[in-house]
Amino acid sequence: MAIPVSILLFQSAPAHLIHLNAVDLAIIIIYFAAVLAVGFYLKSRTETGDDFFLAGREMTAWIAGLSFLSANLGSLELMGWAAAAYQYGILAAHWYWIGAIPAMLFLGIVMMPFYYISKTHSVPGYLQLRFGEPSRVLSAVTFAFMTVLMSGINMYSMALVMKVVLGWDIHVSIWVSSLTVAVYVALGGLRSAIFNEVLQFVLIWLGALLIPILGLVEVGGWTNLKQQIARNVGNTNYTHLWSTLGSFSDNPMGIHWTGIVLGLGWVISFGYWTTDFLVVQRVLAAKDLRAAKTAPIIGAGFKMLVPFIVILPGLLGLAVLPMKLTGEAAAVASGGHSYNEVLPLMLARYCGPGLLGLGITALIAGFMSGMAGNVTAFSTVWTYDIYRALIRKNASDKHYLAMGRWSTIVGVLVSIGTAYLVMQFLSIMDYVQALFSFFIAPLFGTVLLGMLWKRATAAGGFWGLLLGTLSSIFMWLWVKINPQALSIIALSSHAKDMAENMYRALWSWIVCVVVTIAISLMTKPPDEKQLVNVVYGATVIPSEGDVPFYQRPIFWAGIVFVGFLALNLYFW
Amino acid sequence: MAHEQSSFSIWYFIGLLVGLYGVLILGAGIHDLVSPPATTLALANLHAGIWWGAVLIVFSAICIYFFRPGRMG
Repeated sequence: MAIPVSILLFQSAPAHLIHLNAVDLAIIIIYFAAVLAVGFYLKSRTETGDDFFLAGREMTAWIAGLSFLSANLGSLELMGWAAAAYQYGILAAHWYWIGAIPAMLFLGIVMMPFYYISKTHSVPGYLQLRFGEPSRVLSAVTFAFMTVLMSGINMYSMALVMKVVLGWDIHVSIWVSSLTVAVYVALGGLRSAIFNEVLQFVLIWLGALLIPILGLVEVGGWTNLKQQIARNVGNTNYTHLWSTLGSFSDNPMGIHWTGIVLGLGWVISFGYWTTDFLVVQRVLAAKDLRAAKTAPIIGAGFKMLVPFIVILPGLLGLAVLPMKLTGEAAAVASGGHSYNEVLPLMLARYCGPGLLGLGITALIAGFMSGMAGNVTAFSTVWTYDIYRALIRKNASDKHYLAMGRWSTIVGVLVSIGTAYLVMQFLSIMDYVQALFSFFIAPLFGTVLLGMLWKRATAAGGFWGLLLGTLSSIFMWLWVKINPQALSIIALSSHAKDMAENMYRALWSWIVCVVVTIAISLMTKPPDEKQLVNVVYGATVIPSEGDVPFYQRPIFWAGIVFVGFLALNLYFW
Repeated sequence: MAHEQSSFSIWYFIGLLVGLYGVLILGAGIHDLVSPPATTLALANLHAGIWWGAVLIVFSAICIYFFRPGRMG
């Protein structure tokens, strides 16, 4: 899930933070060679459109699940949320727990059967099956456009990180990393992206895990860490997940628990994890329905553990770093370090030669997995939902395969262009990220009603999606023009920026759902035959009665959910 | 397409790569133990490079053993 872009714009470090030696550089170079090798190896196995866009639909639950998570686990996520943990404390973990786990389980258990059985190749493709061409086109065009723009923004942010942390030239970082992704995705398609994402997932963990382990050794365990943070910041709020959310003014995020539960935990999280094609595409590549249902559950199990390598280093920074980190403006003015540098600072604190190279490789791997996610999703939506739907309907499979390869390269080049545009006009970042957020919440309303309510009609789906999106844009503009409007949207004069995103998402989802229901009830019900395999009540979902209980997705979803509840109670 | 998946296991490949990393990191750790650099690292006395390099090698060996091409058939 996207983090506030302002968090990524760090410009304050006076000189680069980390110096690499020959072993570190060898580790990084070997990594680039390895991901390219995977692409070249898999090229000969990518002969059809299904191979390229859906990885032949042959992935096991583990491969699809880890790839599903890895596509989201970008390096900017790692650095941004470590920074947020330093700034806001353990509240940042909400984005990994309530902001992810219930939605991932819901995708696996409730929604995946419809995506998978309908045999759609994309989320816009599902909308076409359920609501017709206008909804597909609206969703596909906005998704494709936003995906390449977001990819460019992430690319620029990553190059900036490499410049600040390592002193690398920003242009070299942009071109080398993005062309590497372009080569291995264009060669092996989604299969290459997925296999590399699993590789990247392992490297992210192996590169980042040492920081929390050594940090906990240094402070003497979790209890001592809490005491040390309380001493350093003067209160105990930084290590409580829920107990400070009773009022907007009691916590540093300026948010109320209703915003976290309804805005983040319901609309934003469910919108992202169940309808953002970037992540859903990985699960569509599963070899059968049970693997497709299990994959998001495996992803959820690991997602629950990610705060250990992201949030904990931020909290450890509060306890052990000798300097006080500040916001960007203060850091630039004082020549000190900003929140955004907490993860590299912790890396430099504990990691010597070799380990530093592995840590930096983890960051690069995170960036490349996120970018490959964007690029594969873009090429699929462009080829199937825009090019084939609007430009050339009846070409051969070979033609669409070639188009997929070319659109991969073009998508990367457009992303690079966006990165250079952002370099010139930094304010674009805020606007593009806001634009992306406009579509997610209403799209979730449309897909949810489409899957679970037979009475929803094509007109209802289209107008609900359009008006929900427009209402989000309206609220965003309203707050831009008149900041006082935030208190109306978030229902409190104490609300801060973070709360705006939650409540804007919630309202736009409500608008989408209300409009969809109202227009559906006013229009002719859809023909039952058209709903087969796309809607609950008109789709036969294969029974799992012959499968032992420990192999059933619902059993593992229950285990993960109990773990999720336990974590929230423990850190209450 | 199932035969294609069985002929290429990403876990075997990961095992090879992580093993190589383990050897490099373990080697760098041993070098630092033999001739300690002037370092400001916290917990330098724990020699994290040595045991983390060993962890990577063990992880690598497990992946290579269980996902080697012959076994995957």
